[in-house]
Amino acid sequence: MHIIEAGNVAAAMGVKLAGVQVVAAYPITPQTPLTEKLSELVDSREMDAQYIPVESEHSALSVCIAASSAGSRAFTATSANGLLYMNEQLHWAAGARLPIVMCVVNRGIGAPWTVWNDHQDAMSQRDTGWIQIYCCDHQQIIDTVIQAFAIAETVRAPVMVCYDGYILSHTYMPFDIPEQADVEKFLPAFTPDWALNPQCPANLNTVTLPEPRADVRGNTAPGYMEIRHNLHTDLRRTIDVTADTDAKFKDVFGRGGQPFIESYFCDDAEQVVVCMGSLSYQMRDVVDELRKEGVSVGVCGLRLYRPFPDRAVAEALSGRKNVFVFEKALSYGYEGPLFSDIKAALYGTENLPKIRNFILGLGGREIRTRALYEAVKTACSENQSKPHDPDFIGLKL
Amino acid sequence: MATKKTTILNLPEEEYVHPGNRACAGCGLSIVYKTGLKALGRDSILVVPPSCLTVLQGLYPIAATQLPCLNVTFASTAAAATGVLAAMRAQKRPDVQVAAWAGDGGTSDIGLQALSGACERGEDFIFICYDNEAYMNTGVQRSGTTPQHVLTTTTPFTGKHQRKKDVPAIIAAHGIDYVATASAAYPLDFYDKVVKAKSIPGPKYIHVHTPCPAGWGFSPRYTVKIGRMAVETGLFDLYEREKGQFRLTGASEKMLDKKRKPVADYFATQNRFKGMDAEKIRVLQAEVDEKWAAYEKVAQGIC
Repeated sequence: MHIIEAGNVAAAMGVKLAGVQVVAAYPITPQTPLTEKLSELVDSREMDAQYIPVESEHSALSVCIAASSAGSRAFTATSANGLLYMNEQLHWAAGARLPIVMCVVNRGIGAPWTVWNDHQDAMSQRDTGWIQIYCCDHQQIIDTVIQAFAIAETVRAPVMVCYDGYILSHTYMPFDIPEQADVEKFLPAFTPDWALNPQCPANLNTVTLPEPRADVRGNTAPGYMEIRHNLHTDLRRTIDVTADTDAKFKDVFGRGGQPFIESYFCDDAEQVVVCMGSLSYQMRDVVDELRKEGVSVGVCGLRLYRPFPDRAVAEALSGRKNVFVFEKALSYGYEGPLFSDIKAALYGTENLPKIRNFILGLGGREIRTRALYEAVKTACSENQSKPHDPDFIGLKL
Repeated sequence: MATKKTTILNLPEEEYVHPGNRACAGCGLSIVYKTGLKALGRDSILVVPPSCLTVLQGLYPIAATQLPCLNVTFASTAAAATGVLAAMRAQKRPDVQVAAWAGDGGTSDIGLQALSGACERGEDFIFICYDNEAYMNTGVQRSGTTPQHVLTTTTPFTGKHQRKKDVPAIIAAHGIDYVATASAAYPLDFYDKVVKAKSIPGPKYIHVHTPCPAGWGFSPRYTVKIGRMAVETGLFDLYEREKGQFRLTGASEKMLDKKRKPVADYFATQNRFKGMDAEKIRVLQAEVDEKWAAYEKVAQGIC
């Protein structure tokens, strides 16, 4: 069924379709309409779930951690400082191998306060062990929420579904709501192989020593480092799982096919722009314009940020004349975090492209398509590598 | 007391805590934990933040507890208990008893916000705070419930200047139906309170005084004796607040209109009170006397 609704509503619809059993959330702009919608669905009994109106984001994720540990499908959502307040629990959820899904409605971080969009919130949490997927439009939001549970439960790791505050969360777009029966075919009920259960008691997240240790029967259990290594290897495996999930989703719903990078006019492009989220769709207008002028340019919209699909990135970018990484986040004192990752993915490949980094849109600074057009056009004509020191777009010093 | 009291003769024999756990010798918590799990029973899920209990339970892959236990982060205990409850409701298993066990720091300091949230939401769980009156697991740092003038590693010379935070009163202010105090020195009284708490819907809070030989500076063999002295001097009182109705229980109830032991006797038993002087003791004795005068008025129906 096609409807026209806000991005936050698309997310809520995805949560409902995914058969989430426990929702816990704390209000923060611009996530609030999503949790309001979920509480509405639960209160009207359209959705059979427990909605827990907690007193903080830390508690929101705590509720999800415990509910997931007890074998229920759990969801939360937040933005900006709310996500940062969860930081300890983000690590805990991943370390405890819990398939929680969370929407991060991307917003800049204080101080100073901002309520507007950038990617600093989610990207600053990239090393928490969570899978991170960025959405470009409303259809991707609803589809990704459903896919996220399938990925999370396959690899037993939590997933952040990230989408741009206001730009996607509060704007209205048409999108298709998948049929419940199809979703159930794609995503069966959550049946964990372990959970808190008095019939089969286990002590979860116990203090663990640096070295492996034998249990009372003499069986060796892993030490802390083995447990961490397992998380890492399972996250590396998630790259393939994401591709498989996308293929399965496409079989059922007919959408997908580009699980890591959404390419637009990249096949023959001499220069490629890389970005994440709604910016990559906005950049398509720039590509259309420049293509008309005969500039050979395309855009790669990166969807999977963690685990980083390094091989797919290297394959997509090596051999190009120029690669321009546009991003709404900054590793202060260095460069855009995505830029670092892309340079690392290209290390050791042949035919290295010239590469440049552009920082833009921090704290909701308006990104005019005209400014993007000029930046890309100029960069194409300058044809120079600038592997250090990012350029800032729209800065008014 | 309306309900029948449990005695050592009819206390369930089944043990849920394995012997040979990692508690220190003379640990007040280990008495309370062993007894409390008997009261909770097999069909329970425990939630535990970092605390002495985390250590008592052992190191992976060995566990001292025979009940399922979720170890959680320091600030999240009551929220995590909420999450287990939500999952049990979602899975239509309402009979599973959810009990949080946190220390005094994990309750009165870092855990208070989540506990307040859970009480306000009316979550159907038992929160047990075992109060050894400092951060013992990290090496005896002051907490919100460390009594005044006590020496800790962060109040090393002049003692804690502030009073003990009255956590049961804070929780009672949420209007929940059951708040009680107990002591490791009176495990059967604690047992009965946990059993009663199980029968009451909504949040239940039990604050248990658990003497700590290592942290308080006394010989491990005196744990029960010192726990009793805290009650007999009137410093730590055993009571229940059921649907708002306050009532002294057990040993404290029996002390109404009787002569209490001087608080100085209690202070003399522990190294942590070495910073006391006559004037401090006089003030604290006067505070205890005033508190008990109020109890006696209530007992006589004078308000």
